[in-house]
Amino acid sequence: MEASLYFLQQVINGLTIGSTYALIAIGYTMVYGIIGMINFAHGEIYMISTYVVFIVIAGLSMLGIDSTVFLMAAALLVAVIVASAHAFAVERVAYRPVRGSKRLIALISAIGMSIFLQNYILLAQGSRDKAIASLIPGGWQFGGDGFAVNLSYMQVIIFAVTLLSMTVLALFISRSRLGRACRACSQDRGMANLLGINTDLIISMTFVIGAALAAVAGLLLGMYYGVVNPYIGFLAGLKAFTAAVLGGIGSIPGAVLGGLILGVAEALTGAYLSTEYNDVVSFGLLILILLFRPWGILGKPEVEKI
Amino acid sequence: MKGKLLPAFFAAGLTLLLGASVLGVQLQSQGIETVVVVHGPLTWLGLFAAAAVVFAYQLVKDRVQRVRQNARQGSRFRLPAFLENHAQRRLMIALAIGALLMFPFMAERSAVDIATLTLIYVMLGLGLNVVVGLAGLLDLGYVGFYAVGAYTYALLNSYFGFSFWEALPIAGGMTALFGYLLGFPVLRLRGDYLAIVTLGFGEIIRILLNNLTEITGGPNGIARIPEPSLFNLQFARRADEGYTSFHEFFGIAYDPTHKVIYLYILALLFALAVAYIIYRLMRMPIGRAWEALREDDIACRSLGLNPTGVKLSAFTIGASFAGIAGSIFAARQGFISPLSFTFIESAIVLAIVVLGGMGSQLGVVLAAVAMTLLPEIAREFNEYRMLLFGLIMVLMMVWRPQGLLPLKRPQMELKRG
Repeated sequence: MEASLYFLQQVINGLTIGSTYALIAIGYTMVYGIIGMINFAHGEIYMISTYVVFIVIAGLSMLGIDSTVFLMAAALLVAVIVASAHAFAVERVAYRPVRGSKRLIALISAIGMSIFLQNYILLAQGSRDKAIASLIPGGWQFGGDGFAVNLSYMQVIIFAVTLLSMTVLALFISRSRLGRACRACSQDRGMANLLGINTDLIISMTFVIGAALAAVAGLLLGMYYGVVNPYIGFLAGLKAFTAAVLGGIGSIPGAVLGGLILGVAEALTGAYLSTEYNDVVSFGLLILILLFRPWGILGKPEVEKI
Repeated sequence: MKGKLLPAFFAAGLTLLLGASVLGVQLQSQGIETVVVVHGPLTWLGLFAAAAVVFAYQLVKDRVQRVRQNARQGSRFRLPAFLENHAQRRLMIALAIGALLMFPFMAERSAVDIATLTLIYVMLGLGLNVVVGLAGLLDLGYVGFYAVGAYTYALLNSYFGFSFWEALPIAGGMTALFGYLLGFPVLRLRGDYLAIVTLGFGEIIRILLNNLTEITGGPNGIARIPEPSLFNLQFARRADEGYTSFHEFFGIAYDPTHKVIYLYILALLFALAVAYIIYRLMRMPIGRAWEALREDDIACRSLGLNPTGVKLSAFTIGASFAGIAGSIFAARQGFISPLSFTFIESAIVLAIVVLGGMGSQLGVVLAAVAMTLLPEIAREFNEYRMLLFGLIMVLMMVWRPQGLLPLKRPQMELKRG
């Protein structure tokens, strides 16, 4: 009984982290779906938005505002705007000029951008951890005498917000005019352009949507962990990319599924093996999936056309 | 003009937003509180000035680009003419090697030490150049192979007492094996996956080295790694049982500089050997196949090349060079820990390759020298080093993806028009 409760606790923790991986993974998978490149700087966008969340919350608290709902809403709004602006500028400066060139060139530009952003924040904000107090403490406890399962309010909020964002995104992609243009671009960018779709705009929009979701993840994870430093983006980006590949890169439901699987796998590793090996397990998983099913769980095998 | 005003305002506003959100305010810890500090008027003045510059540039952008295009047609950067001639080039190379061999006997000890480190980076740059520059595979975990090479020597020495010369071929072989095993599953796939998998591999190696404390000493690393010997002559003040020391053999006074100079010459010889091997490989069918595959995957396959095999050979050879460089690094430092093998190292080596010009050996050598010497000369620059490396990668890709000194091949161009 105790063992199964412990297991349940790990699954809950894993799903919490996994759903934020999914939010970040959307950014990778959408950009990959449309222009076929890995946006390495995406993890840094998430990191920047976490900083913005902290700045807004700390700043408004200093002004004497302590309404949790207002603080979170304001932080979310500002973070989404700033993250979108960064992603938009990154695409303009580093990706658009190399879009027509070879894949290697875009990749190097992206990795350079990621290194640049990380060190830019490092110089501007310092390398030390910055912490803020949890806005929403507490939670439910249930279960047996020996071990009680904790489900914090924050975890429930993370699930709910992730679910909500995903639903909105799914509706946007499948129902709206811009969403249709997005899908058209990912199928055949040249043809979409010929049919009068402003593909440059759609690509910019893809980056902005990815950044907005990363900002949501920044708010949720920032509140959950309560700590931020300039290095969090690198690992979070890698994990989210792994999640995107796991689920099938280019597929949005795949990113969600991949994120959840990865989160649970990590939580279980941390619980039963050692937290030190979390990253080893997720990269091992990535290599295994590439070995046996490179198109991921929900993706389709890529057919190369000549 | 009117049509440009709106985009220009937009760009200026965007600049201001980006700058204000990160540079204008700062999170600071005061005791247990985290507070936001708004920077002084000087910072904001700078931000507004930056926005004004962006605004102005947006207005004249078209004209600037036209001027640049005209300029580009006129002048192109070329190697000096004396390097084009074959015999003269050989002479120059011979002279340069001679000067490099003389260098340690005239320079200070610390300068020689830094030169050794530079040579190690030259080796790494040349090795990664095979993978990234020639074969067009983005390897972001190159430091992983470097670490495997360094730890192979350190571990073989501390557990089994292997000497440098015994461990070196094993280290080279070991890293080649790692490269092969890692490349095998991934190289069948599209190039992007390789980038991320190698990135993960570099991290895994570092995490394992950090956590397998019983074997690798964990974060404490491995200390007292002996320097290489010269035909069994040791460079310590007192040689081990059954060995002779260098200064006793030649009957000169003990001087710790001997060791530094010896390591420098060793590194130089290895760097030259690596450069020569790659130079020859580039002219062999396998080297031609690397470049051909980089240029056109499908054409290569239709000509009967096995893409996976060709890529795998480049990846493995590049990895083994990193392993050799790693062993020399371990011998030079005498102490290694996982801290020496972070992702930053991979990024530095990649920046060297990118700056030097992908595929160009001379360019990579010069870039490696510049990249390692610059932080030594300007200490205050160190803080901004990684920022600049990131910026260099982006700007080089946008403006000169072929690098500062691109590889030139004998070629003929069709006259047009």
